[in-house]
Amino acid sequence: MTATVEVRAVSHRFGDTVALDSVSLAIEPASYTVLLGPSGSGKTTLLSILGGFLVPDEGAVWIDGRDCTTLPPARRPTATVFQDYALFPHMSVGGNVAFGLRMRRVARGQRERRVQEALGLVGLPDAASRRPHELSGGQRQRVALARSLVVEPAVLLLDEPLGALDLKLRRQMQDELKAIQQRVGTAFVHVTHDQEEAMALADHCVVMNHGRIEDQGPPERVYLRPATRFTATFMGESTLIPGTVAGHRDGRVVIDTPLGRLEIAADGPSGGEVTLALRPEHVRNGPADGDGVPLGTGVVAEVVFQGSFKRVTVQGLAVPLLARLPAEHPVRPGDRLTLHCEPRHMVLLTL
Amino acid sequence: MAHRLPRVVGALYAALIYGFIFLPVVVLVLFSLQATTLPVPPFTGPSLRWYDAVLSDRRLTAALGNSLLVALLSSALAVVLGFLAAWGLARFRPPGSGLWRALLTLPLMVSYLIIGMGLLILLNQLGAPRSRVSAGIGHVVINLPLCFAILYSQMGEQQARAEQAARDLGAAEWQVLLLITAPMLWPALFASFFLSVTFSWDEFIIAFLLTRFDTTLPVEIWNLLRAGLNPRTNAVGALVFLVSAVLVASIELVVLRRRRS
Repeated sequence: MTATVEVRAVSHRFGDTVALDSVSLAIEPASYTVLLGPSGSGKTTLLSILGGFLVPDEGAVWIDGRDCTTLPPARRPTATVFQDYALFPHMSVGGNVAFGLRMRRVARGQRERRVQEALGLVGLPDAASRRPHELSGGQRQRVALARSLVVEPAVLLLDEPLGALDLKLRRQMQDELKAIQQRVGTAFVHVTHDQEEAMALADHCVVMNHGRIEDQGPPERVYLRPATRFTATFMGESTLIPGTVAGHRDGRVVIDTPLGRLEIAADGPSGGEVTLALRPEHVRNGPADGDGVPLGTGVVAEVVFQGSFKRVTVQGLAVPLLARLPAEHPVRPGDRLTLHCEPRHMVLLTL
Repeated sequence: MAHRLPRVVGALYAALIYGFIFLPVVVLVLFSLQATTLPVPPFTGPSLRWYDAVLSDRRLTAALGNSLLVALLSSALAVVLGFLAAWGLARFRPPGSGLWRALLTLPLMVSYLIIGMGLLILLNQLGAPRSRVSAGIGHVVINLPLCFAILYSQMGEQQARAEQAARDLGAAEWQVLLLITAPMLWPALFASFFLSVTFSWDEFIIAFLLTRFDTTLPVEIWNLLRAGLNPRTNAVGALVFLVSAVLVASIELVVLRRRRS
């Protein structure tokens, strides 16, 4: 299957700042791609380049088998949902949604039918005659979505679409976005800095930092087996443990760490400095048994109650560790904890 | 008792200020309703005979027509040019856009006399006749900076993003201007047009220097005044004031309505 969008070695700078550094990316048809990264990571620049609002300094963008690198937004098969929705305040909701069809000279009867369909799709079937300023934030978001979807783009670009909504509404819109995407079968590209949003929505998660793609793949894989140290700490939390490769034994890598000598099943490098990443939820309370890896005994420095669990920072070990304990665990700062983990949960990072 | 004094003084002060500003207009309007031939006390009206005289005076009605024509057309041109300049400088930020902006607003600081003289000399050099057209050009020169300044200040980020969205949805540049930018700026366009009309309507110096036979109303009033005081001048002055007041009131109405919404 050929990709809907192909980004080939795209670089872009603003003055002296490198916004994108040779980024390549393929977006599959009918997939939900999330560009995840902190501010300044280049994710919004990449979206602007996909939408045609920016022409990259280097590289090419192919959409639907056509070179669109220098094509203006009006002439590419993309549509953008802007962060502040950018609805036309002087038009009714119906007028807003119909705008793209008017520009494409769609006949009035068909136009009205498609506007009504699009508004129904986003759950606002009776809003056509209302004005944008009469709507709530969530409703404006839906109108913006309908306005972009009605022109049947090959790719829908969403620039932090849920950023302006409160948390509850955000989670609700998130589910709806996913449902709508699956119903219309259009490829969605969604920019966010919220990793929970990314994991909930993405078929394909692209983690960006400093203008480069750090990691990409299904969110489960990116979360469980992050490719880089940045991904391990940005997509959820991790404790990073520095180490040196000492050798190999039976297809396992032997690594010297401040916590002692560990053996990890991986095709690691033959030598040099590496990092082990360990998720807080994989740190177990109690002494190691079987093939468990002892992490030592330390003192609880901080306990943060998070509802479904307690987030605990343990000091006094060779490396300060993050761990999760059950919400009902009576742990308090100053308590001593003995911790271990399973070797399969340690991720070997070389980048 | 003591706390009342500042209020009384304040009210007195306000009465003096407003009296200073509006008393001449009140006197002008009052004696335009004079029944006898001299616009001096005692007041003998009210009578509409002088209004009748004004409206049956061919020279004055012709001047009124010229004034309207010059005001409406020059203002329309000033708004269109100001709008395009504001849009271009706000959206595309050409190199040296700060300098362009300064040059465009500079005529606001130049006196009408200088602008009128300059145009007069230029027209003489070109051998062009003095006419309503040349007066209209003069009024575009004085009103364009105003229209530009008002419209440029209204070119906000919100419009810019709506324009982006329109382009994204397939609109060509002229469609963006016509369907998004202009309608979103409608109150500012309206205000700058009517403000221009107001300024052009009672502008004297430029019209005096640049017209010859088809003069505008302020020039014609000046002609009347040279013949001495007469309630007819009061009546025509009152008419000019009435039109200006209506224009200003309609601007206020539009701006206030927008604030409320």
